[in-house]
Amino acid sequence: MTTVQKIAKYVIIVLKYVSLVFFSFVAVLPIVSVLITAFKTETEYQQTNVMTLPENWLNFSNFIDAFQRANMGRAFINSTIILICTLVASVLIGTQLAYVLNRFKFPGNGLIRSLFLFASLLPGVAMQIPVYEIMYKLHFINFLPGYIIVMCGTDVISIYIYIQFFENIDFSLDESAIMDGASYFRIFYRILLPLLKPAIVTSCILKGVGTYNEYYMASLYLQDKKKLATVATSLYTFVGPLGSKYNLICAGVIISLLPALIVFITCQKQIYSGLTAGAVKG
Amino acid sequence: MAAMTQSAKPKRSFGEWLRSRDGQKVLVMIAFMIIPLLLLFVFTYLPFAEMFGFSFYNMKYNGKRTFVGLTNYIKVFQRDDCFGALKLSLYYMGGSIVQLVLALYLATVLSFKVKGGSIFKGFMFFPYLINGIAIGFIFKFFYTRGFVFDTVLQWCGFQLDNLPYWLRDQKINNISLVGTSVWRYFGQNMVLFIGAIMSVDAELYEAAMLDGANRFQQFKYIIMPSIKTIITLNVILSITGSLSAFEPPYVITSGANGTGTYFVVMHEIAHTQQKVGLASAMAIVLLAIIFVATILQKLFFKYVFKSADDENLNATARRDKKLAKYVARKNNKLAGKAVR
Repeated sequence: MTTVQKIAKYVIIVLKYVSLVFFSFVAVLPIVSVLITAFKTETEYQQTNVMTLPENWLNFSNFIDAFQRANMGRAFINSTIILICTLVASVLIGTQLAYVLNRFKFPGNGLIRSLFLFASLLPGVAMQIPVYEIMYKLHFINFLPGYIIVMCGTDVISIYIYIQFFENIDFSLDESAIMDGASYFRIFYRILLPLLKPAIVTSCILKGVGTYNEYYMASLYLQDKKKLATVATSLYTFVGPLGSKYNLICAGVIISLLPALIVFITCQKQIYSGLTAGAVKG
Repeated sequence: MAAMTQSAKPKRSFGEWLRSRDGQKVLVMIAFMIIPLLLLFVFTYLPFAEMFGFSFYNMKYNGKRTFVGLTNYIKVFQRDDCFGALKLSLYYMGGSIVQLVLALYLATVLSFKVKGGSIFKGFMFFPYLINGIAIGFIFKFFYTRGFVFDTVLQWCGFQLDNLPYWLRDQKINNISLVGTSVWRYFGQNMVLFIGAIMSVDAELYEAAMLDGANRFQQFKYIIMPSIKTIITLNVILSITGSLSAFEPPYVITSGANGTGTYFVVMHEIAHTQQKVGLASAMAIVLLAIIFVATILQKLFFKYVFKSADDENLNATARRDKKLAKYVARKNNKLAGKAVR
C-alpha cells in the first residue's frame, strides 16, 4: 500500500466516525435538550439558556407536578388496560387467521389475503372520517371497550409475520397430530401456538409500541380527557394556558417516553428483526 | 383419506358430517376467521363504501343530509386550501429523498464492522419510538426563538438576528417541519436497510474483498443489486407518504402559517367544521391520486430495472465467475492443509 492509499484509508475512517457521531448527535439533541429543561426550576428555566445544564440533577419537582396535573396515573392505568386487551385479542385473532390462511386451501384464500393487504394501503387519517361515523352509531365514542375493538382492527403486518412463521413450521407436525386423532383446535392451541412464541413476541412489541403511541384515534374516540386519557393524549393537558411552561411540559414528555425507552433497551433485537420482517412482506 | 371415507359412507346426517374431519375443518375455519373478517368489514370496507357515498352529500355526522351530486368534488378542485395544499407534498418528497439517501449511507457504514455500532444505531433509531404528541412538544420547544436550535446555531457562529422564525416564517417553516419527519424516520429506514444488507451472503463480500474491490465498488455491485427491492418499496411508500403527509404539521403547528397539508386541511374540514361530505370527497380524490401514482411508479421501476438488468447481465456473470474462482481457491487451500 502506498502512503497516499494509507492516508486515504485513514481519512475515510475518520469521515465515517465523524458522520456517525454527527447524525447520532442530531438524533439525540432534541431529546437531551428536553431532558435538561425537565430538571430546571421555574426561575432557572426563565433565567438561563435552554442548553445550560440544570443546577440540580435531582430536582424531580417538575416530574411530580406534571404527573399530577396531566392526571398521568389514570392515563397509565388506561394505557395499560388498552395495551393488554389489544395485545391479547390481536395475538389470538392474528394467529388464528394466519393458521387458517396458511394451513387450509380453500377458494377465497388468496382473496382474503389481498383484502387485508389492500386495507393496509388506505391512509388511516382519511379512513377515520367514515369510521368516526360508524363509531358514533355504535355508541363507541368515549367507551373504552369500543376503542379497544377498533385498535384490534386490521393489523396486516403481524398477520404477515405469523404467516411467514407458519411457513417454516413443518406440515408433518400437523399430520402426525391428525393421525393421533387430535382436533384442529387442539393442534392449534397445544402444538402450533407454543411454537409461534418468537413471532408473537416480535409482533407484540411492534403492535404494543404502536398502540401505546397512538394519539390520533385516541383523541377522536376517547374525548373524555378526565377519565379516558391515555399516556399520549394526557400530554394535551399542556396545550393552552400551560403552553409556555416548558420545564413542566418537558417533564411530562420525558415521563411519556420512559416506557418506550425501557422496552427499546430491553428488546432492541426483536424490534429490529420485527421491523425488517414486517417491511419485507408487508 | 377424507375423500375415501366420504365415498364409503355417502349418506351422513349433518351431525355426523360435523364430527368428521371435513366438518371440523369448516368449523375451525369459520371459528377462526369470523372475527378478523368482521373487523375488517366493519372498520375498513364498510367505512370505505360509506365514505364514497358521503362524498355526494352535504352533511354533518348527525342531522339532515342533502344529495348534492358532484358539487363536493368540484369544490375540492376549486377551493384554494384543498387541492392547492398538495403543493406542500413536494417538500415532503424532497425530505423523503434526503431521508432515504441518508439512511442508505448510514446503513452501509453500519453493516460493516464499526466500533460502537449498536450504540450509534440505537441513538438514531430511538426517535421512531416516540409518540406523536411528544414529538409535537419536543419540536415546538426545539424551534422556539432563542431555544435549542438557535442556541446550537449560535455555537456554530450564526447571529440570532439573522436567523428566521423556524415555525412562523413561511419561507422556511415547511422545511423545518419536514426536518422533524426526517429526524423521526431516518433511523427506522436505516434499520430496514441494514436488515436487507445483512441478508446478503457474506461470502460475496469476502470474494469481492479478495479481488480488491473497494468499498464503493462493493456498494455498487453487491449491496445495491441485492437491496433494490426494499429500496423500490421505500421510494413508493415515501411518495404516497408525502401525498398523505399529516403528522408534523398536525402536532407541531396545527397547520398554521401555510403549513396545512392536504390531510391537515381535510381533518379540519371533517372534524372541526364537520363538513363530512366535502372531506370525504377530498379523501376519495387523494386515494385515487395515490392509487394512480403507485401503479405508475411500479411500471416505472419495472421498466428501469429491466433495462438496468440487461446492462448488468455481464456484470453479474463476472461476479459469478469471481465467486466461483474464490470458492475454488478456498477449496484448494483446504485441500492443501489436509495434505500437510
